[in-house]
Amino acid sequence: MTQPGGTAPLLAVRDLKTYFVTGRGGGTARAVDGVSFELYPGETLGIVGESGCGKTVTSLSILRLIPEPPGHIRPGSYIEFDGRNLLTLAPRDLRAIRGNRIAMVFQEPMTSLNPVFTVGDQIAEAAVVHQGLSRGAARARAIDMLRLVGIPDPETRVDDYPHQLSGGMRQRVVIAMALVCRPQILIADEPTTALDVTIQAQILELLERLQAELGMAVMLITHDLGVVAGTADRVVVMYAGQVVETASTAELFAGPRHPYTEGLLASIPRLDRPADRLTSIPGNVPAATHWPAGCRFHPRCPHAWDKCRREEPPLLDAGTPGHTARCWLVVEPQRRRPAP
Amino acid sequence: MNATAPLVDVRDLVKHYPGERAWLGLGKPKRVVRAVDGVSFTIAAGQTLGLVGESGSGKSTVARTLLRLTEPTGGAALFEGRDVFALPPGELRALRRRMQIVFQDPYSSLNPRMTVRQTLREPLAIHRLAAGADADARVAALLDEVGLDGALADSYPHELSGGQRQRVGIARALSVEPAFIVCDEPVSALDVSVQAQVLNLLTDLQRRHRLTYLFIAHDLAVVRHTAEQVAVMYLGKIVERAPATAVYQGPRHPYTRSLLSAVPVPDPHAPRRRIVLSGDVPSPANPPPGCPFHPRCPHPKKNERCRTEVPALREITPGHLAACHFAAEPM
Amino acid sequence: MLRTWVSLAVLVAGSTGGAFALRRRCERTGRGRRFFRHPTATTGVAVLTFFVLVAVCAPLVAPYDPSAQPDPVGLQNRPPSWLHPFGTDLYSHDVLSRVVYGAQVSLGVGTLAMLVALTLGAVVGAIAGYTGRWIDAVLMRLVDVGIAVPRMFLLLMAVALWSRLPLGTLIVLIGVTGWFGTSRLVRAEVLSLRERPFVDAARALGARSGRVIFGHVLPNAAAPLIVSAALGIGHVMLLEAALSFLGIGVRPPVASWGNMIADGRDLLTIAPWISLVPGLGIAAVVMSLNAVGDALRDALDPREEAT
Repeated sequence: MTQPGGTAPLLAVRDLKTYFVTGRGGGTARAVDGVSFELYPGETLGIVGESGCGKTVTSLSILRLIPEPPGHIRPGSYIEFDGRNLLTLAPRDLRAIRGNRIAMVFQEPMTSLNPVFTVGDQIAEAAVVHQGLSRGAARARAIDMLRLVGIPDPETRVDDYPHQLSGGMRQRVVIAMALVCRPQILIADEPTTALDVTIQAQILELLERLQAELGMAVMLITHDLGVVAGTADRVVVMYAGQVVETASTAELFAGPRHPYTEGLLASIPRLDRPADRLTSIPGNVPAATHWPAGCRFHPRCPHAWDKCRREEPPLLDAGTPGHTARCWLVVEPQRRRPAP
Repeated sequence: MNATAPLVDVRDLVKHYPGERAWLGLGKPKRVVRAVDGVSFTIAAGQTLGLVGESGSGKSTVARTLLRLTEPTGGAALFEGRDVFALPPGELRALRRRMQIVFQDPYSSLNPRMTVRQTLREPLAIHRLAAGADADARVAALLDEVGLDGALADSYPHELSGGQRQRVGIARALSVEPAFIVCDEPVSALDVSVQAQVLNLLTDLQRRHRLTYLFIAHDLAVVRHTAEQVAVMYLGKIVERAPATAVYQGPRHPYTRSLLSAVPVPDPHAPRRRIVLSGDVPSPANPPPGCPFHPRCPHPKKNERCRTEVPALREITPGHLAACHFAAEPM
Repeated sequence: MLRTWVSLAVLVAGSTGGAFALRRRCERTGRGRRFFRHPTATTGVAVLTFFVLVAVCAPLVAPYDPSAQPDPVGLQNRPPSWLHPFGTDLYSHDVLSRVVYGAQVSLGVGTLAMLVALTLGAVVGAIAGYTGRWIDAVLMRLVDVGIAVPRMFLLLMAVALWSRLPLGTLIVLIGVTGWFGTSRLVRAEVLSLRERPFVDAARALGARSGRVIFGHVLPNAAAPLIVSAALGIGHVMLLEAALSFLGIGVRPPVASWGNMIADGRDLLTIAPWISLVPGLGIAAVVMSLNAVGDALRDALDPREEAT
């Protein structure tokens, strides 16, 4: 647990704008539109949002994995890591960071694994590239990593091909690949979405244990607030390419300040609170080419008034340190409408 | 006990897939995959049975065989007293007006080359329910019923959002005015806020039309809000079946317990007693001997009997069935 | 003669203008833009339009009767001139007139034979892929046999049965010997489409197999079919040319580009225009078809459609 304020951030994202030029004259999709947040050493930061909110594009932008064209990161964006701006780094320097000091885990394990190489070769590859390990040392390292991620019988599994493993095992291998160089930051993009519930529980527990053992910072990107509640120290909620709320996990769940966060929380089917009808957010997520004017959430917001339609709220301080929300209700709480 | 016969009565449903034959189809067939291995349940009219299981549990195969989209290997499925599995093609086609299905993936369950109107008019044409202006009126009424703007009738699926597509899929199932709808993970592919919309829609429709649902899901949280009865499947078998409240408050099978504990709770202060299962779901082509769950079972009393003897699905308390040798004892 | 020049000029202007107008119109849709992104697509469309228009307007374009032999002695093998822009051949036919009427035959045979092959291939492939089991096995073994036996050999055998082959029979024969590849393509598409939930949905609604195949499966397999048809027409035209060159396809006095090349083969050194002009015609059409086929492949790619 790291409290923001005391220590310096490990990674700072400042006003990140990643746009995509869409075909068919549709204009520019402002997938990520002015996102700022910090990641502190050793913490788990949850980035939460629905599809199309820009959470994945944000994570890909950090390692400059956005396909260009059609995408481009706008000048003025700034991602600070180790005193340098990752966005202006020479390709050579960037490669020294990718997979070495900042590593990524993706949603679908099968697509991150190359079917024609053994898992051992793939796990050791990053160590061979970045640390110049010999063949024997690489194999030993791969076996160590498999043991670390809880794969039974690692001495034989190291020679398996990806198709010989189950989905949960594959995700463990992908995590082993990401951690082989002991990165300072692990970016996990929906690491459990493609997995069954009982396997999801295993992987979350694994990530938690590894973080404690290796002391790295984890950026956990997910659509599932339930996953965040159990693992993250702080949460960044994204909607329509922007950060709409940031808070410590405890505070976000106890007192969300943005109506979108409230809606998301209320719409989760809960085991502990059965209800006949679920609360839902009306409408659909708008298209990234046509974000609504004013507050981007106003067409779906139960409290919206004139000001919300006209003026886009900034991230406002919501009382306690570190809790911010992009909502005019923070300064005009009397406008809140009682629940029907 | 209810005196009236249930609407759906599935008895000992079995679906085995023969393994591929090696050597150009001439060799010995490989091991049989026991996708569904003796599943029985009933659903009373107007009620919902939640069928829960992980991938490979056979829950979707149950749905497909029940609708005869796949031919079953054995067993019977009585629908309104008649065995669906024994119906000749002509009567089966007529029966399809009474039972329908909503699929998981709203992207692939709509024909990409048909507009919403064409999709909804097709079932009306198949069963000669309406034509011409009459059919268009029915399409408008269906769209209204599922909460879609009538202006969307001439859109193609790729122009709609995931939630809108799923509503079209539901409207298509409703178009023939069925009594029974199989919902095969209808919200798993949707965003959280849209999930709630669709679940509420399904609940409303059930009340309005007195529909009976078989609601398939991979986690117990979604089913919590929709089902009166819950059945949990593991490796082609039902391991626990009971009224919903009984399952959630007093699960008797260790697998159900761990499934319940694995659902992430959106509350950082919730007491966390996650029972993390070791290992993966075994392949249905090669199920373990004895209790299919024993290699992963965290039960403290697990013993030799679990490894050799298949536990029967038996009644523990009235209406509460579980397939565990220790189900009757407190855990 | 003036009529020929004027109508040719009008057709060139019309087809070029038409191709560019089409390009402007289509660039508004994603699919159209993907089509015209290919550098050769516009040219291909223009050339094909031009030849189709020439074939359709043959009586207007051709300066003479294609089978007229005005002076078999004095007008033999004359080089191109103002009166005979592409020269004359051994029988004093006007080459330009024969090329123009030959376009009718060559393009017609190519298109119709391809349609026959396409229909057979689609039906057989769809039935095999959708029904599966033994029907699939039997049909596909038949296709294997069809692919294994050389097509030219089949055609030669068939030709041997007729002393004078009617044009319709030739079309059917080329079609009937050319559907094997198409049926494999369609079967593969159908096999993957049949597992899609929207096909299950149609079955669950009580749709009969025919409706499922022709209403849901085949329309979604149309894209690769259209591409293979576009490329296939070129193949068939070459085949027709080869057969006619061998003297067993389209027989004189009816002109086809193939038999025109055959007419000129002994005179290549003294009157090369007799073979060269229809040869260039075939090359232009086949290359244009390939260009359009490639562009169609990109335009109809469903992976691109999702974006």
